[in-house]
Amino acid sequence: MARRVAIVSVGLTRTSSHRRDVTYPELVHEAVSAALAQTNLKAKDIDAVVYGSMDPFDGVFAPERWNVDACVGAGASNKPFIKLTTGGTTGGSVALGAYYHVTSGLFDVVLAVASQRVGSTLEAQLVLNTCIDPIYERWMGGGAIMVGANQAASHFHYYGTTEEDLAMVAAKNYANALNNPYAHLRRHLTVEDALKTRMVSWPLRFSDCCPSSDGACAIIFASEERARKITDTPAWVRGEGQITDNYYVGDRPWFQDWEALSILARRVYNEARINNPLEELDVAELYNAFTIQEIIECEALGFCEPGKGAELIRKGVTTMEGKLPVCPSGGTLCTNPIGASGLIRIGEAALQVMGKADKHQVANVKTALAHVWGAAIGFHVLMILDKEAP
Amino acid sequence: MTQEEEILVMPGTWNLPFRYTAGRFASRFFRELRDSKKIFGVRCPQCRRVLLPPRPFCERCFVSTEEWVEVGPQGTLEGFTICYVPFLGLPPPPIATLFIKLDGADSCLGHILGEVDLSDPDKAKDAVKIGMRLEPVWRDERKGEISDIEYFRPVS
Repeated sequence: MARRVAIVSVGLTRTSSHRRDVTYPELVHEAVSAALAQTNLKAKDIDAVVYGSMDPFDGVFAPERWNVDACVGAGASNKPFIKLTTGGTTGGSVALGAYYHVTSGLFDVVLAVASQRVGSTLEAQLVLNTCIDPIYERWMGGGAIMVGANQAASHFHYYGTTEEDLAMVAAKNYANALNNPYAHLRRHLTVEDALKTRMVSWPLRFSDCCPSSDGACAIIFASEERARKITDTPAWVRGEGQITDNYYVGDRPWFQDWEALSILARRVYNEARINNPLEELDVAELYNAFTIQEIIECEALGFCEPGKGAELIRKGVTTMEGKLPVCPSGGTLCTNPIGASGLIRIGEAALQVMGKADKHQVANVKTALAHVWGAAIGFHVLMILDKEAP
Repeated sequence: MTQEEEILVMPGTWNLPFRYTAGRFASRFFRELRDSKKIFGVRCPQCRRVLLPPRPFCERCFVSTEEWVEVGPQGTLEGFTICYVPFLGLPPPPIATLFIKLDGADSCLGHILGEVDLSDPDKAKDAVKIGMRLEPVWRDERKGEISDIEYFRPVS
């Protein structure tokens, strides 16, 4: 029988395009120390560590070795340590791994850590290109931007979404990030400004694309018994899941819809007994590396009908004042330390449930959804967190 | 840390040579491109889908594939983007990358567009449309690789 599990603490770092003030282990230490400092836990109280990064960005293979001591001294104190890497979903997989450790009953208090220094690479798209099929597809120069831009081109074609819609999503996220001290892009952006930024990959402009960030996140997962002792504000895991799609992007050219995410959402809502997500969720932290993805994610997650995602931003449903605020943190669009971004989504959702999101706190949050995508838009992770134990 | 403290940044590079095993299926696919200017997929014996790129098993039915089927050469554009920004080490812009469903195939081949002026995004977006018909332009000297098709162009 799976045990109840809660997030009891979240540690975030400041993020920027190059955190040259800290070494890589110092960056991880910053996140882990912040997570410990929220609780009365000491490094010795952590039973096991689940760590993740998306290897090549940092410029070292197996960066877990570099960071093993920054994760509560796991190396020096000989703790169990697992590394997970699943492309952009790495941070989501790390959270699931830590959750599985605890819900299985094998461990009581587990630290999830994800970190990335995209700033170590001088061309992130060139690194991303190495994950594209080397026999048939890599030569075209594709990377993350190409798949995001394909989604936008198809959504424009089939559903009539416009550049203005994307600009509204960007302006909303930039405004939210201004209230988040851990966000990377913290500047005012109007819809008019966004539409004047240069075209990157049609129809995505510069303001539609996430930055390359250095950053880390640490989250402590605990069993019910321990969680209630550690904190008065646990964020309970009410539902979670992961899904994969097949390998060749060309096998699934319906870029306007995110079928795998729809399937996963149905599974996870069923587990969490959620019938109407727009009514029952109070906030969502979605992995919106590109503006169009927030629109498609809202559709796939059932916040609206397929093809109607742009109406949510036009009507203000997803703004801070709206019925279902999306990405109060500014989302992945404003901060993207790639392997860490998924864990940041889950951490931000937890902070909202805990009531600890400070200036970007949504009022009266009971239930929060976090989403992560990765692997050439083929992988997704979802986690639903709640103020009440399930 | 004081303002004037100098923080060093150490340079590094990865330049690692690899060799990727193409396998029997891709090898035959590329030989057909090189020697006969033909594009082949494989048919799944169970779901009957014609898979492109050809592969030794159907990932849906999880059964081996053996029947080779010529597809195309013309096809329909299913998805695309046009990149306008140079990225270090990647093909220079503007470049339109395409997902093309070749006639007779059930999945898409990735390739690039040629013979269309992409320089102005506002004009290019009207010249490149999902659903448009495309045909391959072959290189005279072919090496047995995907770029033996130099590019696809609109069917006139």
